[in-house]
Amino acid sequence: MSAITCRNLCKTFRQGEEVITGLDHVTLEIAKGEFVCLSGPSGSGKTTLLNAMGGLDTPDSGEITVGDSRVDLLPKGELAQMRLNRIGFVFQAYNLIPVLSARENVEFVMQVQGVATNERRQLTQAVLTEVGLTGMEERLPSELSGGQQQRVAVARAIASKPALVLADEPTANLDSRSASQLMDLFVELNAQRGITFVISTHDTRVMGYARRLISMRDGQIVADEQQEPQAMAI
Amino acid sequence: MGGSLQVVATLAWRNLWRNHRRTLIMLMAIAVGVWAMIFMAALMRGMTDQMVLNGLQLLPGEVQVHHPDFRRDPSIVNSMPAPGGALLEALEQPPVTGWSARVRVPAVIASERESRGVTLLGVDPGSERALGSVPDEIIKGRFLEDENDRGLVIGASLARRLDTRVGKRVVIMSQDPDNNVADRGASVVGIYRARLQSSEDLFVYAGRSSLQQLLNIDSEITELALTAGDYRRVGEWYPAIATAAGASLQVQPWTELDKFLSTMLRVQDGFSLIFMIVIFLSLSFGLVNTMVMAVFERVREIGLMQALGMRPAMILWQVLLESLFLLGLGLVGGNLLAIITIKPLESGVDISSVAQGMEMMGMGTVLYPVLALQDMLMSTTVVVVLGLLASLLPAWRAAKLDPIRALNKI
Repeated sequence: MSAITCRNLCKTFRQGEEVITGLDHVTLEIAKGEFVCLSGPSGSGKTTLLNAMGGLDTPDSGEITVGDSRVDLLPKGELAQMRLNRIGFVFQAYNLIPVLSARENVEFVMQVQGVATNERRQLTQAVLTEVGLTGMEERLPSELSGGQQQRVAVARAIASKPALVLADEPTANLDSRSASQLMDLFVELNAQRGITFVISTHDTRVMGYARRLISMRDGQIVADEQQEPQAMAI
Repeated sequence: MGGSLQVVATLAWRNLWRNHRRTLIMLMAIAVGVWAMIFMAALMRGMTDQMVLNGLQLLPGEVQVHHPDFRRDPSIVNSMPAPGGALLEALEQPPVTGWSARVRVPAVIASERESRGVTLLGVDPGSERALGSVPDEIIKGRFLEDENDRGLVIGASLARRLDTRVGKRVVIMSQDPDNNVADRGASVVGIYRARLQSSEDLFVYAGRSSLQQLLNIDSEITELALTAGDYRRVGEWYPAIATAAGASLQVQPWTELDKFLSTMLRVQDGFSLIFMIVIFLSLSFGLVNTMVMAVFERVREIGLMQALGMRPAMILWQVLLESLFLLGLGLVGGNLLAIITIKPLESGVDISSVAQGMEMMGMGTVLYPVLALQDMLMSTTVVVVLGLLASLLPAWRAAKLDPIRALNKI
């Protein structure tokens, strides 16, 4: 069963007079429970593909199916609903809402979903414990380190039990130790909860964690290979 | 839905305090603006109240009962019987707090030097006091003792014009119902001062019974004046008096008796609203600027919330709610400021040095600002409605942000 199916995705951007190719006939299928890394240099199309999968950006042509939803055909409101209920996002930076505490940031998605207060509190506490942030629940993002902030972002992404987590350069702003801890957490969540992970990165150490590595260049998939994850890759 | 509203409200409130200084400056601007609206409305209401009350004192009363032709021809020919039966019963119970049966006729008053046309008022002093229409101040002599008093009380200005004084005799001359001249000499027993000089020139008070004897009309009267205390609510109770009076008498509220006064009241309400809107429109530029800056500074954050699945409508509500919190706090501050500054002034502000022409507008030289709940509600409505309208543009722009562009904004 596929978590994501992309067929012939094309996307171009205009930068002044220049037309830049973001995605060039990208076709791929990601099965449920896979742990996938999208790799490639800057401008290769990783983030564009990730954004298209998450319904944050619309391709010029082609089809994207997430679960049983044709993302490329959904109107904005339903795209927001899909992101809310089915996808967890972890971004490179500026992951958290600065006026909310760690607990409130994690609760945010569930609050928008309308999860009851008691259930929300229990789930939040459980995931914050799972990502190792017990005792830091009431701290504001400005009172947390970069690694801790990313952990809060991960907790928020998984708290609502999404089927898919899309992470865009999640370790780019982290030191090696924090990056290693975060990737270990991703692997653990993938193994224990069966969440599908798609992570874009150009960090070779992060790529070592993936069981499937998709390499991109100039908006095209240039390699798609299964690999044996390397423990303690970072 | 409840969770969404809670998170939207939390975000709106906390975002409001991210830039303390900007928020406090805007809060002060709104509070001062609201205070200015209410203060201005209190002054205008005070002026209008004074004009209306002075006018009602001259009428007098909030409701008058006459012979149907008296208003067209205010002579003794159009007199009516003293109240009795159902009408008297209605006059003696709430909401009527005072009433007076009067004889009001045009007359000429003459001293040994001058003569003037006046309105002769035959009154029962006790009833006039209940009605609140006795002269403001007796500066010499006394007021009438009872309805049989044969003396006259004239205004200070009229006394000067007639070159007369307390104790001197004057002649009063009018017509009886058969159009015969009815005249007699009478002593000036008192001189009064009124708020308006025109009143001093016009009204001469006599005992009602003595005037009825002079005009040969037994217990007939020409006017019945009533009050219930609150002139703004006259429309609620005067129909019951009209029913009790029957079809043979004309019952009119002050709004019909003095169109100028009633128009002034409506104009005052209209002006207050216009002033409030003008004041807030100038404030709204500051508000829009504040909200635009607040949105501009949080573009990436808004993009993040959209990326996480928050609907554009919730983003719109968040910005509007933030604006509403700002407006609400400003309103509380402005209203408190208004209460603190206006309440002490309600006992009167002497404006004699800057208001020499006020009498022409039917006002005295002391202004009594009135802090009215209605004005506070009106300013609140103006601020909330216009404030939210002004915030719609930045809120709409925030809701329409493209999440990817917003997230990538540097």
